Amino acid sequence: MAVIKVDNISKHFGALKAVDDVSFEVQAGQVFGFLGQNGSGKSTTIRMLLSLIHPSSGNIELFGKSILKNRAVILEQVGAIIERPDLYPYLSATEHLQLFAKVRKQKVAASNITKTLEQVGLAHRAHDKVQSFSLGMKQRLGIAIALVHNPSLIILDEPTNGLDPQGIADIRALIQHLAKEEGKTVFVSSHLLSEIEQVANQILIIHQGKKMVEGLTKELLDPEKRVVQIKTLNDEQALATILSSSFSPYILPRKEGVFLKLPTQAIPLLNDTLVKAGISVIGIEAKNSLEDYFLQITSNA
Amino acid sequence: MWSLIQIELYKIFRRPRTYIAFGAIAALIVVIQLGLKIDGDAYAGFLMKDINDTLTVDGKVLNGYLICYILLQLLLVHVPLLVALIAADMISGEANLGTLRLLFTTPYSRTHWVLAKFIAASIYTILLLIWLAFLALFVSMWIFGTDDLFLMKSNYVVLIEQSDVLWRYVGAFVFASFSLLTVTSLGFLMSSMSNNSIGPIVGTMSAIVFFTILSTLNIPLFNLVKPYLFTTHMNNWKEFFDIKVNLNNEAIKGSILNIPKIKTSLWVLTMHIILFVTASVIIIKKKDILS
Repeated sequence: MAVIKVDNISKHFGALKAVDDVSFEVQAGQVFGFLGQNGSGKSTTIRMLLSLIHPSSGNIELFGKSILKNRAVILEQVGAIIERPDLYPYLSATEHLQLFAKVRKQKVAASNITKTLEQVGLAHRAHDKVQSFSLGMKQRLGIAIALVHNPSLIILDEPTNGLDPQGIADIRALIQHLAKEEGKTVFVSSHLLSEIEQVANQILIIHQGKKMVEGLTKELLDPEKRVVQIKTLNDEQALATILSSSFSPYILPRKEGVFLKLPTQAIPLLNDTLVKAGISVIGIEAKNSLEDYFLQITSNA
Repeated sequence: MWSLIQIELYKIFRRPRTYIAFGAIAALIVVIQLGLKIDGDAYAGFLMKDINDTLTVDGKVLNGYLICYILLQLLLVHVPLLVALIAADMISGEANLGTLRLLFTTPYSRTHWVLAKFIAASIYTILLLIWLAFLALFVSMWIFGTDDLFLMKSNYVVLIEQSDVLWRYVGAFVFASFSLLTVTSLGFLMSSMSNNSIGPIVGTMSAIVFFTILSTLNIPLFNLVKPYLFTTHMNNWKEFFDIKVNLNNEAIKGSILNIPKIKTSLWVLTMHIILFVTASVIIIKKKDILS
């Protein structure tokens, strides 16, 4: 079941297209990595998922329901941090958790609050006011607020911002724990591939508001395999030929074009197969690995 | 809804800024009471100088009731500015802090949050008024004692028996609460349009000053709009202290000279409150939360 289903959403701010016709799905229990450099449209997309921003066009469904029509029911099951960890400076960590548990109509026992603070490594500062917290500590408290009501979908926008290396490792372990041990769906955004690739099952890269690539992490990061696009005069015939050949398992489902994921050394054999079947091959393009691809995007920006 | 109001009140009263208004009112009242306690006779003599030749007044003119009236005249002009400090910060302050997005990603609708915030700001306003009433009326009664209320109007004198005064103050404070709630709702509207605190606070104060000037100036062009301005009606709490007289020019106990004027003012103020709050809800519902 798709916990998040985004269909062709766009958001315009005047002439600026912050998000341009983006679609994706996040399945239950997945850790979904949402990757893009700063200003690429990640936070705008996340804000639309949480109904903080109204989309200019397109549909968003969470748990199979439209966020615009079923906002309250949906948000009961969602915990989120968005960009900076902005909190009330005059309240303590415990008071924040009590306050947001109350907002969620939940009576949270003191032991649960302590447990949540322990989960994010803040138990020792439970009663200190937030005004004395470092950025990293605020980030941890922001995550604790997102978790305090035990949501089934957790949306974390740049959760490791401001954290030291140990803090980053802790959050990474926490995300993996939430998905694997507690069966939660985690949607995590970052501008660093290194952060995303270690925790996400699936990755989507967004750049200048547009979806650039999406796929399973293990496939996208597999250095032995490349995404190969076949360009022919008759894509339908080419697809039928490949389906009836030994290359069938390597086909990638795409709405348009013929794509396969296969080792580089298999490309000549694929070409032979298509030519022998009488298909005019215009070109075969082996895409770069995800990391190269992401660096290419960011360095060109 | 009640839990949202509790949360908003909790946040209001955890902020040091909240207590500035309570402190300012206390300081002003204490200073004025102290001054009148030390030099009150001279002040009373100054008040009575025009009628001393024609009228002999027995009893304690400078009593707690008169002190309260003087204080209200002075303070009810300035309290709106203190109310604006909190009301105009209710939404924009959270937008500036970045916490508005935390609230708006909870299962409650934006309308719920806006109304909860307005009700919490209104409770703060009413508490401020109760604090003002306690200090101005009851503390003054305790310090200066009570007697008949003797008021000098522009071209006549009003004398209200002391047994006929207290309910008028209750009425005046209830009326003043409508005036201050109008300011609260105006501050709220300003707050809904901005992502920083200073703009709405200054904007609310400027609007009050601007419309007060329009309400005060006696220019035919302005007279057309005056009846519709909230500032024209805010000071009509004084109507509770204008009393009817019989054919012998004797005061009729328990009467108010111009009840329709009070009713009209309450109606205009209520309409302003509804208008400002409704506009705030519409603005916030349509707003993209980018802060």
